[in-house]
Amino acid sequence: MEITRTKVDPIESPEAFRAKQLSAQQMLRGDLDGRALEEYVEERVMLTTLEKAQNWARRNACWPLGFGLACCAIEMITVIGSPRNDISRFGAEVVRASPRQADMIILSGRVSIKMAPVIRRIYDQMLEPKWVIAMGACSSSAGMFNNYAVVAGADKFLPVDVYIPGCPPRPEALMYGINKLQDKITQDPSLGWRERYQAEGTEESSA
Amino acid sequence: MPDAAGLELIAQRVRAAVADEAVLGTHYAHEQAMLEVAPAHVRGVLTYLRDEDEEPYEFLASLHGVDYLPEQPRLGVHYQLLSRARVERLGVKTRVTVEAPVVPSVVDLFPTANHQEREVYDMFGVLFDGHPDPRRILMPEDYEGYPQRRDFPIGGEPVLFTHNEHKLPRWYD
Amino acid sequence: MTEEPDQPSMPDPLAAPYREREKSVTLERVAHGTAAETAELEPETELFTLNLGPHHPATHGVLRLLCTLEGETVREVKPIIGYVHTGIEKSMETQQYWKAITFVERMDYLAYFANAMAYCNTVETLLEEEVPKRAQYLRVIHLELNRIASHLFWLGTSALDIGAITMLWWGLRERDHVLDLFEMSTGQRMHTRYFQVGGVIDDIPPGWEQKCREFLALFPARIDQYEALLDKNEIWLQRMKNVGAVPKERLVELGVTGPLLRASGDPWDLRKADPYSSYDDFDFKIPVGTIGDCYDRYRVRMAEMRESCKIIEQALDGLPEGPFITTNRKVALPPRHELATSMEALIHHFKLVTEGFRVPAGEAYKAVESPRGELGCYILADGSSKPARVHVRDPSFVNLQALAEMSEGGLLADMIANVAMLDPILGGIDR
Repeated sequence: MEITRTKVDPIESPEAFRAKQLSAQQMLRGDLDGRALEEYVEERVMLTTLEKAQNWARRNACWPLGFGLACCAIEMITVIGSPRNDISRFGAEVVRASPRQADMIILSGRVSIKMAPVIRRIYDQMLEPKWVIAMGACSSSAGMFNNYAVVAGADKFLPVDVYIPGCPPRPEALMYGINKLQDKITQDPSLGWRERYQAEGTEESSA
Repeated sequence: MPDAAGLELIAQRVRAAVADEAVLGTHYAHEQAMLEVAPAHVRGVLTYLRDEDEEPYEFLASLHGVDYLPEQPRLGVHYQLLSRARVERLGVKTRVTVEAPVVPSVVDLFPTANHQEREVYDMFGVLFDGHPDPRRILMPEDYEGYPQRRDFPIGGEPVLFTHNEHKLPRWYD
Repeated sequence: MTEEPDQPSMPDPLAAPYREREKSVTLERVAHGTAAETAELEPETELFTLNLGPHHPATHGVLRLLCTLEGETVREVKPIIGYVHTGIEKSMETQQYWKAITFVERMDYLAYFANAMAYCNTVETLLEEEVPKRAQYLRVIHLELNRIASHLFWLGTSALDIGAITMLWWGLRERDHVLDLFEMSTGQRMHTRYFQVGGVIDDIPPGWEQKCREFLALFPARIDQYEALLDKNEIWLQRMKNVGAVPKERLVELGVTGPLLRASGDPWDLRKADPYSSYDDFDFKIPVGTIGDCYDRYRVRMAEMRESCKIIEQALDGLPEGPFITTNRKVALPPRHELATSMEALIHHFKLVTEGFRVPAGEAYKAVESPRGELGCYILADGSSKPARVHVRDPSFVNLQALAEMSEGGLLADMIANVAMLDPILGGIDR
């Protein structure tokens, strides 16, 4: 196999680097003003809106609630724990046990009718902003269990942001779903149910 | 497994020890031995098989219910016994009707029957006389109906196809 | 956690009607009476009800434990299950026999091959169908690989419960190797639908045996690594030694089987006692503990992983040639190349895929040894192509009754260790 080696271009030439050092020295002494000072600042400071910064922070530190129901939980734990696929590279490795401290809930597994009110209460205990990933076929629709004991999809009682198909979905599929959620957080968190209902959150009715 | 002849001998011994009308029949197929017992004599037969028989069965491997619809009596309760010393399995079954679904409980003979009898009650509605904790175990406790009976509908949602999607009520209706 | 206000006569927390119990916690102080009256109550005799609810980081699945504590000591524990009840057994009655395999795999979702094995074994008994030798060996290899994967996951999550978080990373690392092997031979990591009635669905691809041997070469060293971390670890010993021991006669009464029973000294293993699928061709030992505390259970499962490696190696060495599924076309699909030439094969294929094979009327109960104990399957066949009743005797469901015995009188933290060592899989418990 032919291997060719090329030298990676340095980011800047030695002369430009020296010029930068001199301008930094000047700024520290207070010698830069006017246009030169503005250029100096613009080169080094990132400007953005507060919302974008907020979204960027939220997407990269989306802490899941440790909530495993059935077989998909095994693949979810594989994503959290396995050295091969892990979500700590996305900032989501801090699995919180308490819903008060979690940002997203990954519904991994089949939702039975006995468990549905429990999940709803846990979802209500989470603080805004919160997101829901329905992982697997059973929590997106009924999966293969279209019978008396399973709620046909978690979106019957919860607003779901991302659905991940599979039975169980591969760990890579779950990571792709988490990435999709992160894209949703940064680009337009109003996509999906929040825009359709013009809502900011949910509240439990007293009925 | 006891073979067909061994099963008949067991049936004879049970009839001699417990009561003549205790054993309603024997079935032997695919090397599986099954003894059919009258519901009132279940405790007597199981006590005999566990303690007094010359070939005892001390381990209750499984206690489960069956719905034999359309045959009557409908509800069956099966006791799968295992002798670990001889590695032999014997099935004991009793059948009750839906109108009088009472079977004496064997929790004091085999403590493993606790959760399993609750499951049979939950799924089939068989009442176990003498069970220390007769509650539903798998379904929510205020659930009505006995799901695994054959005439209980499977439930679930109708699957949407293009030919029926305009007929089914949607959540926004 | 829900706290119920203490009353001098401790009523059973489960006596109130079901919906009443679901009301939210109130934070008003319940008046116990005047200060003089309450001063008479000794603090140590108050019993405190703690609900380890269905959502809790230390339970293996959605298990709810209602504990009555006196201080830190557990006086009574009642498990409440049913939170992942899926009605699998009833769903199987609506599916054909070969379609029902996918349902039964999802019961005990860590030992999916064992579920399928119990079910297929029972159907083959009812059909009186012979499974070819190669298929039996392939089944044994996959069952033992599944045992290793299940024990690795158990080890990782149990150590996580106790606090040894490193084991989670290590266990999952090896488990990924096993799941890669499954993916190579069956196409799926979990719930593989590989076992079919009459054999396995397809032969192993070329290169699989090589990859399996590579895994077997590296795995015993990894088990040594785990044992070096945990076996003589002071914290592990303090948490596990003499915790949750139950005498083996009591365990037999409670119907407990599997590593729990073997840890207490009783060498009962269905692979040796009642061999199925050519297990008697292999030479392996049954690890047995002494007193049955949590430490023994841990050691038994570690030794079982080593024995499984031996079984797989012997099976690979002795893997016979032959068909991988029965040649009875009325039960198993014909190979694809025959469909182009043979009309009969086409008709068989059509009948099997649309209606499925019919099983003559009868009942059978067969059991296999899953990583958790005796997994039995009862099938009532009524002569049609769908089973009339399938019941799976799940080992975790029966083993859960031993939790009360193991935990009562011990500390709360010991109860967590007991739950971890019990290895309950709620999918199997609730079905």
